Parts: sequence; structure tokens; C-alpha cells
Amino acid sequence: MDVKNFDTRPEVLPIKKIVKETDTIKTFVFEYDLGSKPGQFVMLWIPDVDEKPFSIAYDGGGAEAGAREFWLTIAKVGPATEALFELKEGDLVGVRGPFGTSYEWKKGEHLALLAGGYGAAPLYGVARAAVADGCKVEFIVGARSADLLLYEERISELGSDVKYHAATDDGSKGHKGYNTEVLEEILARDDDDGAGPIDRVFACGPEVMMKKAAELARTKDLPSQLALERYMKCGFGVCGQCCVDDSGVCVCKEGTVFDGERALSFSEFGKYHRDSVGRKVEW
Amino acid sequence: MANLKMTYCGVEFENPTVLASGVLGVTAASLRRVVELGAGGVTTKSIWMEEHKGHKNPTMFGTKEYFLNAVGLSDAGIEKARGLFDEYSEGGRPGPLIASVVAGKVSEFEKIAGEIVKLKPDVIEINISCPNVEDEFGVPFACEAGLAGEVVKVVRGVVGGAGSGVPPVIVKLSPNTPAIGAIASACAEAGADGFCAINTVGPGMAIDLKLRKPVLTNRVGGLSGPAIKPIAVKCVNDVWKATGLPVIGTGGVMTGEDAIEMMMAGATLVGIGTMVYYRGAEGFGEIVREMNEWCDANGVKDLSEIVGVVK
Repeated sequence: MDVKNFDTRPEVLPIKKIVKETDTIKTFVFEYDLGSKPGQFVMLWIPDVDEKPFSIAYDGGGAEAGAREFWLTIAKVGPATEALFELKEGDLVGVRGPFGTSYEWKKGEHLALLAGGYGAAPLYGVARAAVADGCKVEFIVGARSADLLLYEERISELGSDVKYHAATDDGSKGHKGYNTEVLEEILARDDDDGAGPIDRVFACGPEVMMKKAAELARTKDLPSQLALERYMKCGFGVCGQCCVDDSGVCVCKEGTVFDGERALSFSEFGKYHRDSVGRKVEW
Repeated sequence: MANLKMTYCGVEFENPTVLASGVLGVTAASLRRVVELGAGGVTTKSIWMEEHKGHKNPTMFGTKEYFLNAVGLSDAGIEKARGLFDEYSEGGRPGPLIASVVAGKVSEFEKIAGEIVKLKPDVIEINISCPNVEDEFGVPFACEAGLAGEVVKVVRGVVGGAGSGVPPVIVKLSPNTPAIGAIASACAEAGADGFCAINTVGPGMAIDLKLRKPVLTNRVGGLSGPAIKPIAVKCVNDVWKATGLPVIGTGGVMTGEDAIEMMMAGATLVGIGTMVYYRGAEGFGEIVREMNEWCDANGVKDLSEIVGVVK
């Protein structure tokens, strides 16, 4: 697919590898030079079934020398993903993209990453790239219980520049309670083991969680970036399915990663989204 | 700076560019934004009486030359449209709102038109030409003069005769007929005030070579984008010559010069949709600027001078 030359026909690829993360989450690995930036997404076509947007968990060098690969970590949530979970390594799917905006930081910054549920996957890609840029990362992941915490091992393999903080509803791992409480505590510290104060807050997960993250960042005068999720058809700003009130901008094109203040200015943010026929649905 | 204001079926537009039905248009905010970015007016996505699901993804993709889509007219129905009209009209409409309506049967066109007129659209556009939706006999209404005229007649009946307080009723025509002029004439006789020409071409099909399957889940989709402009220009000219009624010339317009070409063929307004894929919604403002530049360079003081100069 050559987006720059307006060619958005799907690129059909074999699934190179499937990794089981939890009972309902799998990571699909593709050998392909996607050329995405952290936080971007692709439209994944499951032939004869449907095509849906998924954020990219990682895009870069693979295990073999010279190989480029990208990963999609996907939860089984409906008919399309159920069909996807039936597929095996070697089966063909279509990919359009990468689309949308990405998380942006500066070299050497101290970043706080707040992930809710499978939001940990795209933020893993962010952390990996940020560490390569000399950044220090506080990686805060929240889930209902310890067995649902995603990417824990991969995050720990990123080295000493990334600190892992877990929060679980039932207290089976890390902080018992919301991950936003951990973020609040980290933002309250002036200095964190010599890493200095937080420069930026990134969030990916449920919208109410991201809203809280942006509001917490605001209290400290910190910039934040959030990835919004909306129903999409085209992925490139034409169909209008993902337009947010009351700005009217397309999440797929001007997002999905928005500046936190801009997201807070959307009248629908944290309140509602729209279904496949454009009807408002409360979160 | 030339005068770009146009009057279409008695409705005034700040400039001739109009967002075509089916692009953006799911929400009032997105329609308002298109006007803020420079469009003279906007058209809603086609509104059904009841919810209509549309087709499964993939529903669209583009190439440098063309764009193929099979959205299948997804819409939540008249109830959602009421909210959209309220939101778009809050504090005054930023530009004229054209309501596109669609139905699967003649009697249902009567129903949806009866409801939509209560929302006071500036123009009612009857969509009888989507190649992704067929009537009960398997052909779009717009490909058979008798059927097309019948739809216009029932809509006219429920909306009321042309006159003050009654929004103009226009017909969105299909290029997928050997005789678009004859279809337009039948609609004019049945009481249409104007036209929008053309809807997408085809339908067409694209096949993925690795999968050996059509790319679109619906197998086929309507063709739009740069490649269809010559067909659109020809159809607009046919409709204009056959009826003399105002036309929204739509199909393949990407630039100010494309828009000028459409107007020379007979268009009073210029419908723009797929351009958003190539230039973004910001393209509306750019096209208006390009039209202005063309007028200045060619000594045209008022755009209406060029409408239908090609006989």
C-alpha cells in the first residue's frame, strides 16, 4: 500500500506468528515494512468477514536479522475478531495503513504512560521507541486482575529506563485501585530517582480514564496526548463515521492521538461515541 | 475578485461548491466544519425512514485515478436526522443544507419526503441513483424513466407544488443509463425543480490477486474520483440541454478548473465529495480560491456568466 500516492488498496499478508496473551487476547505478527510511527493504526481486513481499525503495538526490527515486522494485539470482542481468532499462522489477511497521528516526544524526556487494559500494547511501542530516544518512562498499566495485565514481560525487557507500575481492581498485583491514582502519585513527586519531574503524559485506554489523565496533567501544567477510539470505515477522513462533536474533525485523520487539551475541548469527549449508523451511544 | 455567489432553484449560495452526499455528513458538526472550511453548502448523507445498516467493510479504497465505495447508504433513520437538523441549524445555518433522501419503494419515498419537509431543508435531493441499492426489480429508479418520474411525482405530491415556503425538489441522477437526458426530462415533467448529476459510476469491481477475491465485501462499488470527470461533464451537459433546469454538477471535481469546466457544461453549483480523499476537507477553500484566480485571469466578473456556455 502506497498511501502517499493515494493508493489505499489493502496489502494482503500472511500471518507470520500468533502469540496468545490471555484467553481473549492474541498478538498477530506480520513480516512487512509498515513504516508506522508509535500510536498509528491500520485497518485489518478479515476476508469475507469485515475490516476493523487496530492500533499498532510494535513496528520495527524482528528477531531475524534484516526482517521488519509489526504486531497487532487484539481482543476478541465481536464477530470480526471472533473470525480473526479462528485464523492460523500462514492465513492471509489485508492491511490498509498506517493511518492517523502518533505520540510525539522530545529526546531525553521523562514520560508517564498510562495504559488501561489492552492500551498497554500500543504504549509498549511508544515506550520502546522513546527509550531509544534517551527517554525515561513510567509505564502504568491497569487491569481488573493480575492475569489480565498485558505486556508485563515485554515491558520489563525494555531495561532500567522503563519502570513498570501495575494497578489492579482486586489488588492481585501492584496498587489496589485505579491506575489514575498511581499516575496522580507519580505526578505529585518532584523527583523520581534522579529522572526528574514528568515532562509529558500519554494515555491509551477507556475514555473516562484518558479524561482523568488529561485533567491530572492539566493540574501540573503538563502536556498530555490521548488516543481516541471511534467507529471507522475508511481510515482516511472521508466517510465521516468518526467525526467528533462539536469540532467535526475526523478521529482517524486528525487523531487518533490528540493533544489532551484539544480532546478535553470536544463536547462529546468522555460522554458518547457513535455506532455504525452514526447514532450517539453513551460510554 | 469575481462574484462567486450563485442562486440555485431560488436558494442563495455563497459560492458554487457543495459537499456531495455520502462524504463526511454523518454529524452536524462535520457539516458545519465543511462550510467553515469554504463550501457554499452541504448535503446530508442519504436519509432513510428507518435504520439502514449498509455493507460490511472493506467498503472503500482509493487509487491515484479513482475511488471505489460500497458503503451501502448506512443511516440511522429519520429520528437521527431530526437531531442533525437541530444541531446544524443552532444559531443559524452556516450555509444551505440539502437533505438527501432515499427509499427502496416508491411509497416509501412519499413517507420520507413527508417527514423531511417538516425539518425545513433548503433543498430536497431525491437519491434514486445509488448503484449499491436497487429497487424491487433490481435496477436503480434512475435507470428507468417511468420509475424515476413516478418517484418525483409522489414526492412532489407530499412536499407541495413549487412556490414560496416549499423547498425545491431535485433529483440525483445516475450516469449508468444510455439516456440520462430522457430520464431528466421525465423527472422534469413530473415536477422536479432541478438535478444533481451524477451519482457514482458503474458499479465497478476490484480483485485482490493474492486472495483471488473482490476487495470490497459487497463485491462491487460505485466509482468516483478523477477518472469519472469526463462522464460527469458529459452527463451534466446532457441534462442541462434536455431540461434547462439548474444542475449541481458532481463527479470527479478536484480543482477550481474542474469546477469551472462543470459550470461551462451547465452546472449552477458544483458537488464535491471524493476530493476530500485527495485534498482533505480544506480543499473546499482551496477550490474556491482557485475559481477566483481563474475568473481574475480570464476577465470573468460574475461566475454565472459561464454557466452552460457549452451548448
